[in-house]
Amino acid sequence: MNRLTWSYFAAPQRFYRLAGQAVPWCAAVAIVLTLYGLFIGLGVAPTDFQQGDSYRIIFIHVPAAWTAMVLYVAMAFWAAVGLIFNARLAAMLAQAIAPTGALMAFLALWTGALWGKPTWGTWWVWDARLTSTLILLFLYIGYMSLRAAIDDERRADRASAVLAIVGVVNVPIIYFSVKWWNTLHQGASVSLTKAPAMAAIMLQGMLIMSLALWAYCFAAVFVRVRLVILERERGAAWTREHLARPQPA
Amino acid sequence: MSAVDRAGTLAAMAALFARDVRLALRRKSDTLGAAFFFIIVASLFPLGVGPEPSLLVRMGPGIVWVAALLASMLSMPRLFADDAADGSLEQLLLSSTPLPLLVLSKVAAHWLLSGLLLVIVAPLLAVQYGLPAEQVGMLVVSLLLGTPVLSLVGAIGAALTVGVRGAAVLLSLLVLPLVTPVLIFGAGAVEAVGAGVDASAHLSLLGAMLALALFGAPWAASTALRISLD
Repeated sequence: MNRLTWSYFAAPQRFYRLAGQAVPWCAAVAIVLTLYGLFIGLGVAPTDFQQGDSYRIIFIHVPAAWTAMVLYVAMAFWAAVGLIFNARLAAMLAQAIAPTGALMAFLALWTGALWGKPTWGTWWVWDARLTSTLILLFLYIGYMSLRAAIDDERRADRASAVLAIVGVVNVPIIYFSVKWWNTLHQGASVSLTKAPAMAAIMLQGMLIMSLALWAYCFAAVFVRVRLVILERERGAAWTREHLARPQPA
Repeated sequence: MSAVDRAGTLAAMAALFARDVRLALRRKSDTLGAAFFFIIVASLFPLGVGPEPSLLVRMGPGIVWVAALLASMLSMPRLFADDAADGSLEQLLLSSTPLPLLVLSKVAAHWLLSGLLLVIVAPLLAVQYGLPAEQVGMLVVSLLLGTPVLSLVGAIGAALTVGVRGAAVLLSLLVLPLVTPVLIFGAGAVEAVGAGVDASAHLSLLGAMLALALFGAPWAASTALRISLD
């Protein structure tokens, strides 16, 4: 793909159409892979000899935690592109990614709690990974609150971009400080002992579920970015024309 | 930068610093308010968790640090809000002096009258919690290193929320997650001394954060100010 086509889709109108074409494909991939991944995860993968069936939550939990982290970086990346090149579409993408990222961080925490209760005997421990995921969720909430508090869209784009960039610089610092803090408070929490090498079929199920979740995230972000484009371009001629037309799909 | 420019820049920074300090001294209730908030929050904890001395010694460093964190957030929204309201912030943006340096002198003036005040009050609270002398000393040192970081990172939040509705709550929401590392190593240094462990690693990390914040925060805050007043 050359430079020309990349910038071709930087126009919200063209990206609106491209995203609209991509949504059904992403959604179909997400559904098919989820069904297959759940079939492996719930049907084929054997019961763990230590944790019983409760380990099966990893098929949701681990992919959600991965996507929560990667989506934050992706959000900061598009926010930075929007700030540096003054690209509206990039800022809209960052805006559209944030709620999905927050949802994934929440899912990771929630499924972690559901797994922790039967396995560790407690809903919550101040483990490094749990704590840093919680702070990641706070960062997402801060980003969305700042956006919501500023009425002027362009100012909101740029202010939240600064916040996202500061956050992305801070995430490794937070992660390592929480990790070192956790090792200083030894004995207080249950350690995540290194699991014995995971059975190949479990790993396969987890990877398929990760791909499924990625496809879902793409679909959700594309749907949301289309709404964002329509809302923010509501004054443009093409938007009015588009909305006035009877909708085929 | 020529010698004349440099002298002019330093003069502008010094003038802004002196102006902010003078303004803060004339609004004593605002300045002292944060310090009293600090004292009140720290005094509420024994009422909530019980007066058992061993428990208070154990919790003291963390509570004093959390209270300092909250108190420094309390005074943060005013860093730019008053200047934005009377228009002097726009004059700063138009100045030929680099904006990050002006932000740095505003933050320095703010820290002198909020952060440093907290550092001075903290030993009193530490004594209330029955902390031994060496822990009180370490609390002062860690607050001296940590509160400037709070002011610097807080300045980014304050710049982002200039003129936004609900700025005070929003600012805490934005800044508190970002400064968790300062809390961890600040309170950790005091606890390390209590446990008889060397605290120099904590202090080194706090110092590293201060260096990073001194370098990056004025720049980020001035970018945010230009966006806010666009």
